[in-house]
Parts: sequence; C-alpha cells; structure tokens
Amino acid sequence: MSTTRTILICSGKGGVGKTTTTANLGISLARSGASTVVLDADFGLRNLDLLLGLENRIVYTAQEVLAETCRLEQALVKHKQEPNLSLLPAGNPRMLEWLTPKDMQAIVALLEERFDYVLIDCPAGIEDGFKNAAAAAREALVITTPEVAAVRDADRVIGLLNTQGISPVQLVLNRVRPKMMSSQEMLSVDDVTDILALPLLGLVFEDEQVIVSTNRGEPLTLSDGGSPAARAYSNIAGRLQGEDIPLMDPAKLRRGLRAKMRELMQTKIF
Amino acid sequence: MTLQDLIDKVLGRQTASADTARQRLQLVLAHDRSDLNPELLEQMRKEILEVVSRYVEIDLSETDVSLETEDRVTALVANLPIRRTL
Ligand SMILES: Nc1ncnc2c1ncn2[C@@H]1O[C@H](COP(=O)(O)OP(=O)(O)OP(=O)(O)O)[C@@H](O)[C@H]1O
Ligand SMILES: [Mg+2]
Repeated sequence: MSTTRTILICSGKGGVGKTTTTANLGISLARSGASTVVLDADFGLRNLDLLLGLENRIVYTAQEVLAETCRLEQALVKHKQEPNLSLLPAGNPRMLEWLTPKDMQAIVALLEERFDYVLIDCPAGIEDGFKNAAAAAREALVITTPEVAAVRDADRVIGLLNTQGISPVQLVLNRVRPKMMSSQEMLSVDDVTDILALPLLGLVFEDEQVIVSTNRGEPLTLSDGGSPAARAYSNIAGRLQGEDIPLMDPAKLRRGLRAKMRELMQTKIF
Repeated sequence: MTLQDLIDKVLGRQTASADTARQRLQLVLAHDRSDLNPELLEQMRKEILEVVSRYVEIDLSETDVSLETEDRVTALVANLPIRRTL
C-alpha cells in the first residue's frame, strides 16, 4: 500500500477558494520538501495552471497519458521555482466527456507511485465532475466561507464524502473577516465548525494579496512570511503534515478598548 | 443570553445577522440531511397524531413535531402532551 496522501479539495459551492487553496498548499508542501503534484480535476474550466503561473507550459494532460500517447513525465509540468511541485491537468477543456471514476483512479494510481502528496482540485457542484474527482481520493479538505449558502453546500458535500468512506475530512474556513465576526454580522468560526461538525484545519482571512498573487501567477506561499493569507496557508500545510500549530483567533486581531468593550458585551449574563 | 442581546432586546433592535444566519442554517440543514421537506414533515405529523390519539388523548394545541440536528445526527423530535383525564 502506498503512503501517498491523496487529498480532494472540494466545497460544493463555486468560487469559495478551492483552487487558491490547492495552489498555495501545493507550493507550501513542496517547499517543505515533500514531492507534490496538483491534479486539476476542474479541467472544463481550468484555473489551477493560471494561479500557478504555468498556463503556457501545458502540452499534454492525463488524457494523453491514459491513452498512452505520452509518458507521465511528459505530461507533468514542473514548477520552475519549486521543482518539488508538479501540475497535471486531468483533461482538456475541449473534451468534457472522457473522464470517468475509473480514469481518475488509474491516473491517481500512477501519481501515487511517485509523489508524497496528490492534491485534487475539485470542480464546484456535486454532480459528475465532483464524483469523478472524488473517485480516487483518500481524504478531503472542505473549503467554505462563513456564509449561509457556502455552509449549506459544504454540508451536502460532507454527506457525500462520508458515504464514499473518505476520511479524514477536515475544514478550511476561507475569507474570514474578523471585524464582521466581532460585530456578529458574520457566522463565527465556532458556528461553522459546530454546524458542520468537522475538525478545523485552518482559517484564512479575507486578504487583498490573494488577488495580487493571482494576477502574477505566483501563489502567496512562494515567498516567505508576508500577508495573513500566506501565513494561513503555510500553517495549514504544516498542520496537514502533523505539526502542532495553534489556530489564529480572529478576536485577538482586534485589541484595544473597542475590542474590550465588545468582549464585555458578549459575556454571558444568563 | 449575552449583555449585547439584553441591550438589543431592551432597545428593540434587530438581532445580529450572524444569529439569524445560524438559526436559518440549522433549520435548513436538518431538512437537507433528512431529505424531508416541510410538507412531508407536516404529513408525518398528522399521521403520528392520528396513531397516538388512538391510545391517549393529546392536547392538540400544544403538539410539536420537528427536526433537530446536532453533530451531524438529525433527530425527529415529537412533543405530544397528554391530556389529563382525571
Ligand atoms: N482569502 C481570500 N481573500 C480574498 N480573496 C480570495 C480569498 N480566497 C479566494 N479569493 C478569491 O475568490 C475567487 C475564487 O477563488 P478560487 O478560484 O480559488 O475559488 P474556487 O472555489 O476554485 O472557484 P471555482 O468553484 O470556480 O473553481 C478568486 O477571485 C480569488 O482570488
Ligand atoms: Mg477552482
């Protein structure tokens, strides 16, 4: 049995940060020395190549590998600055039909022979695209934001992951706005983890730098330290590898009198 | 209840939207998870009442049948107060 960690990165709802998480975790894990591949299972609308700055280097996809028109090494796109990381698009945007759960299992089996981590960037939704992407996953990260629609969709996905026996399933809470949380105009971290009943692997603040890094095609975790989201993603990668890194507390970010007042107002009186 | 809740209540202010969000989510997820819509639930409520009424007299104004969910376990909770006959 392989010791490779094959992790599905999914959410149900679209646009909550699956691809951003996949790209940043991929870089982080690779930086720590783990050989890592990110598999773009959202190949109909592929984005992962753009976020990683690899969009001009894709020649083949998993499709050609399975059809044996190229070797796996030819299809893997190595990241220049982070050679421990490779990208493999699952398919070609023009061919939406070919991928089946069996194909997915076949390609992942090949990847598991040579990588420590296989991260699968899942398409939005819970239909065939999701089911194919999930077919070969052993564990999963569910990405959600503290918003009702995203949490509801995450719940659906968690139900599906449970029935497929994928475990562990851990939660990443993205686009957290500490200010809104402390004024109780956004679901709190506890609200979301209680409702979904999943262990929280990490939370990522709303951060403009995410957009800047997308523009450049350079994930935030490619450079040291930096913005809150960069730290959040490298912490998540650390926890994934078993490091004991405390979670950030959104409330701690807001000190001073106003924060103290707010705390006072939130103390339970009966 | 928190101090903030109390002040809001006294001043008649709207509750914070996070509270509303949490309550709405809990309800909708209970339904999603059990695949029961409000209509089916109502039908089930009627049938349960019918069966139980054959054995005991129930206070119809006080009955409550609802879904509650905690830790991914959803329960059907029926509260059917029995009328005192003596
Ligand atoms: N923490 C964050 N702070 C600010 N912007 C963010 C953050 N996370 C994601 N975004 C932005 O949200 C958008 C959606 O992100 P992303 O493409 O990663 O989501 P996705 O779940 O992969 O979407 P899709 O379902 O379309 O595949 C992007 O524009 C991204 O820059
Ligand atoms: Mg995406």
